[in-house]
Amino acid sequence: MSDKTSGYLDMELLRFTTAGSVDDGKSTLIGRLLYDSKAIFEDQMEAIEISSKKRGDTEVDLALLTDGLRAEREQGITIDVAYRYFATPKRKFIIADTPGHIQYTRNMVTGASTANCALILVDARHGVIEQTLRHSYIANLLQIPHLIVCINKMDLMSYAEETYESIKNEYQKVADKLNIKDVRFIPISAKFGDNVVDASENMDWYKGETLLNLLENIEILDDRNHEDARFPVQYVIRPQSDEYHDYRGFAGRVASGVFKPGDKVKVLPSGKETTIKAIDTLNGELDIAFTPQSVTLRLSDEIDTSRGDMIVAADNVPHMEQEFDAMVCWMNERTMIAGGKYTIKHTSNETRCIVRNVNFKVDVNTLEEMTDDKTIGLNDIACLKLKTAKPLFFDSYKKNRNTGSFILIDEATNETVAAGMIR
Amino acid sequence: MNEYNINHLRELEAESIYVIREVAAQFENPVMLFSGGKDSIIMFHLARKAFAPAKVPFALMHVDTGHNFPETIEFRDRLMKETGTRIIIRYVQDSIDQGKAIEETGFDASRNKLQTVTLLDGLEELQVDCAMGGGRRDEEKARAKERFFSHRDEFGQWDPKNQRPELWNLFNGKKNMGEHFRVFPISNWTEMDVWQYIYLENIDIPNIYFSHERDVFLRHGNLLSASDFIPMRDTEKIEKRIVRFRTIGDATCTGAIESEANTLEDIIEEVAATRTTERGTRHDDKRSEAAMEDRKKEGYF
Repeated sequence: MSDKTSGYLDMELLRFTTAGSVDDGKSTLIGRLLYDSKAIFEDQMEAIEISSKKRGDTEVDLALLTDGLRAEREQGITIDVAYRYFATPKRKFIIADTPGHIQYTRNMVTGASTANCALILVDARHGVIEQTLRHSYIANLLQIPHLIVCINKMDLMSYAEETYESIKNEYQKVADKLNIKDVRFIPISAKFGDNVVDASENMDWYKGETLLNLLENIEILDDRNHEDARFPVQYVIRPQSDEYHDYRGFAGRVASGVFKPGDKVKVLPSGKETTIKAIDTLNGELDIAFTPQSVTLRLSDEIDTSRGDMIVAADNVPHMEQEFDAMVCWMNERTMIAGGKYTIKHTSNETRCIVRNVNFKVDVNTLEEMTDDKTIGLNDIACLKLKTAKPLFFDSYKKNRNTGSFILIDEATNETVAAGMIR
Repeated sequence: MNEYNINHLRELEAESIYVIREVAAQFENPVMLFSGGKDSIIMFHLARKAFAPAKVPFALMHVDTGHNFPETIEFRDRLMKETGTRIIIRYVQDSIDQGKAIEETGFDASRNKLQTVTLLDGLEELQVDCAMGGGRRDEEKARAKERFFSHRDEFGQWDPKNQRPELWNLFNGKKNMGEHFRVFPISNWTEMDVWQYIYLENIDIPNIYFSHERDVFLRHGNLLSASDFIPMRDTEKIEKRIVRFRTIGDATCTGAIESEANTLEDIIEEVAATRTTERGTRHDDKRSEAAMEDRKKEGYF
């Protein structure tokens, strides 16, 4: 096997999302990353060249690569989250390209929920605007560990260092206000490719990394929670064959922490203690399992365990409560019903809940907490008090993205109406 | 270096197994669509991993256009026998005979679009509430907008402008009677990931993915395999070439590529160096800019 082939097996996966307002050139930036990293193929390029010509454009519009739906191409806008893929010898990247329109904030939350890193686009001509604040707030609310602020369209500002510095200072104030820990800045021109994949010849005053270098090198392994052992039971495996007559395996994905055979564990909600007997996979037993692996656990004692239960470290248990406060982003046109009942999905658990109180609503433009306004509609972000029909096993979202997140489902329409993060 | 590190293929694998287990847990009567192509082969492989040592707790389903590569069908039957898996087969020919689907005419006629009729009828007849498919978001721009859990109305239609938001790994499979879901466990895999995984796991695939000599003819820049069910124009000439297939679909619309690659390592290097997408060998996508979107809205996979 050649070096090229074997090298591919050592790659890491990085998921990032992009946020910017309508004309910040987000799709162009993604098109540029794909194009310059050679992830765009000739037939794709040919197709967008033809489309650009049809629309009467003089230059090839890289945005057409990501706008996949007919309505998007017709209107020149991005409607829905699109997922894009590219790879370098170091990493495989998954991009969640999310629309910048105000009415589509829910898409940004969607893209941000799984991201390791967010690119915040700022138009160098306009600097930090209301939407920049909104996007940064959401990225921080969803606890995306790393933010990269791309100051775009530097070509329209004569590639001036002063422009970059003044926007950087302006944004740093936002970052301080939001308590964002890891933020980095890059001056770019997505249209001409400056500092995207290749270092810019027009901005020799910038000594930092290019965007692609940064994406390849940002340390992401330590972002995962390897402290608190949590295993939501997803499915019970019972082969009912002669060979595996008494086999009972608990299938699931490690939400956080580490499990090893012999570890003392507790099964929630019963609270009964036992030890891990074995960690099974099709290819044999493992001596360790950690997030985000999907495995099957066998327990030493027969304890009644089913989907929705959680296997946790015996000496480190999550909260087990029926009432809690959560930050919620509302994602549906139907406004929230005060005192209304919703289905709540949390890890592999599902139950009903009732909205007990709207503690406050956040004005995402000023970041003010408003306590008078109790109406929660599409794209609103609020802190709610919820009460569930049975206890949930959770950690705060800040500590654990997997056991601190939930969705609400409208029982009348079956639609996902809200994304929640437990405080 | 952090000791809790897994490479991107193992991370994709863990995600797909998680999705397949969610399907088994959330639905009453799911099926996994299986065509004998590489994507459905790895999806089935992942399903076996998800439930070991038990058998896969759902049936496979193949929508057979009748225009197959014989090697694929032999492979399918052997795999089902070896793994003791139940497969349900529904034939496009039956839909045509019943008058539900009308055969296209002309040289470029294909049964690709007709599969939707057979598929939707089959799902309804068998009361399937979730059909898993091997679609990948990197394949095509309409597929890039797909959810893992994709809701379909009672006509099997996809409404791309009104999809449910999908957050973290919390999948909402709730629906009304008569509606169903399409679930795409390998959404986040690319063509390269699939080949690397086949290599990593040593997964058996039909031999037509490897280089071989074949009677082919050139049409619209694609090398189509000469066969009884593809009518040829007078100007088209059969010739022997050394080829392999990058994708396997309906034989009337799947082109071969000239290639000497006859090991997985060779294929991986070839894919890395290739400058066209694999859908570029698929005639069905070239019909219009939104060909895939339109077919998906009607209920195609």
